[in-house]
Amino acid sequence: MSRRYNSAVASSARRISAMMLRHWYLLRSSWPRLLDLIYWPTVQMVTWGFLQYYIANNAGFFARAGGTFIGAVLLWDILFRGQLGFSISFLEEMYSRNLGNIMMSPLRPFEFIIALMVISVVRLSLGAVPVTFLAIAFFGFNLYAFGLALVAFFFNLMLTSWAIGIFVSGLILRNGMGAENLAWSIMFVFMPLTCVYYPVATLPTWLQPVAWLLPPTYVFEGMRALVIDKVFRPDLMLDALVLNAILFAAGAFGFLALLRSARRVGSLMQSGE
Amino acid sequence: MPPHSPIAVERLVKIYKTVPAVDGISFALAPGTITALLGGNGAGKTTTIASIMGLITPTSGRVSVLGAHMPQQRYRVLHRMNFESPYVEVPMRLTVRQNLTVFGKLYDVDHLRERIAELGHELDLVDLLDRRTGNLSAGQKTRVSLAKALINSPDVLLLDEPTASLDPDTADWVRGRLERYCRDRHATVLLASHNMTEVERLCERVIMLKRGRIEDDDTPAKLLRRYGRSTLEEVFLDVARGNGGEAREAAQ
Repeated sequence: MSRRYNSAVASSARRISAMMLRHWYLLRSSWPRLLDLIYWPTVQMVTWGFLQYYIANNAGFFARAGGTFIGAVLLWDILFRGQLGFSISFLEEMYSRNLGNIMMSPLRPFEFIIALMVISVVRLSLGAVPVTFLAIAFFGFNLYAFGLALVAFFFNLMLTSWAIGIFVSGLILRNGMGAENLAWSIMFVFMPLTCVYYPVATLPTWLQPVAWLLPPTYVFEGMRALVIDKVFRPDLMLDALVLNAILFAAGAFGFLALLRSARRVGSLMQSGE
Repeated sequence: MPPHSPIAVERLVKIYKTVPAVDGISFALAPGTITALLGGNGAGKTTTIASIMGLITPTSGRVSVLGAHMPQQRYRVLHRMNFESPYVEVPMRLTVRQNLTVFGKLYDVDHLRERIAELGHELDLVDLLDRRTGNLSAGQKTRVSLAKALINSPDVLLLDEPTASLDPDTADWVRGRLERYCRDRHATVLLASHNMTEVERLCERVIMLKRGRIEDDDTPAKLLRRYGRSTLEEVFLDVARGNGGEAREAAQ
């Protein structure tokens, strides 16, 4: 029994590594894809960094709150790029008309999801890590100075990005490339609501409960508490973790339901609109 | 139905919204045989094959492959199956070797390096292994797709128009390889094709579909006799144009 279990786990790990390898080969073979990973985060960080630099020199509060904008940009990029890394890796299978091969192979849906999660971290690291060093060089902002808080921020943001990425991939699987735009734009719905650049108190009172339903809100509030008040808020991270667990379960459940529906309507054989 | 058919389809029905694509078909394949699924566009060939692969949930009826019900028990047998279709491609940016490595790992193939080398020799891919798949000719790409379909030495092989868009020489070469694989491995092959020469050469059984139903099912020789025709193409046209009954009567 134990030998069979070990063998099943080893086979599963091999299939996951196969998918990771497939995307690593793809990235390695395509410099435009690599450039794309790093280009936008750099533009964002530099733009917001200079804006913050200007404001900090002209307003007392922002002089104290140095780093909130750049910190917010870098954390937002983790959230946005994490989801995009997941969804784009999924879309690559559609673009290359390879999804039928994947779906017909012994790769289980959960293995596919795990592989895409790991790939999204790789893609994010390739794009975001160099930008964090640029932030140190350009603006003296060291994201790594957050220490363990950064681990909590990162983990929570990645969980949210995966949950959304899984659900969007399910929509594409079920509805074809007509749903592709969602992969690029869905995260922007979260931008105003999760209060990336301003405190939750800025929102109208009736909208604040909505913001508190979204896990990234806790991360951005936590980041501001750390930068402005120099306080790490583990309570916020725990709340985010609970909400993320619910969101992730809902994303995975939605993906499986959409996959079942795709088998029913026959959309797994199609890769067009 | 024979008790140990590698592929058994029982009263399979698939309705998309209100349109029946497959309408109550049943057949079972004997091990180690090559069977053709023939029919015009929209006859239900692709839906039937997709149901056997577990990519589609039937509206009703049952499909079993190597004893596993599809799609519910597909993970019990997917590692023993494979397929090739012109509608599905292997990633073009990867080299042939990278593609075969990825699919070999997905199918949990033992001694993968040796298996890739073996397929390289069998399918004349040795010089192409380190070239990007997207840079190959149509014929070479088909050989790569075939190598992908054979990477796990499948017991059940599903082929959807395996020689579509190939020149006659390459198509003949591919048929020869398939024939040899089936004979050596005792594999069961189900082939959807519009190429009657291919069907006559490769298949010991032909299932003819029309509007989602089985119109006829026999060996090529018996079909030719029954319809009083000299080629399968003529039989195909009789069935596709609704003259099958008249042709059969005339032959008798």
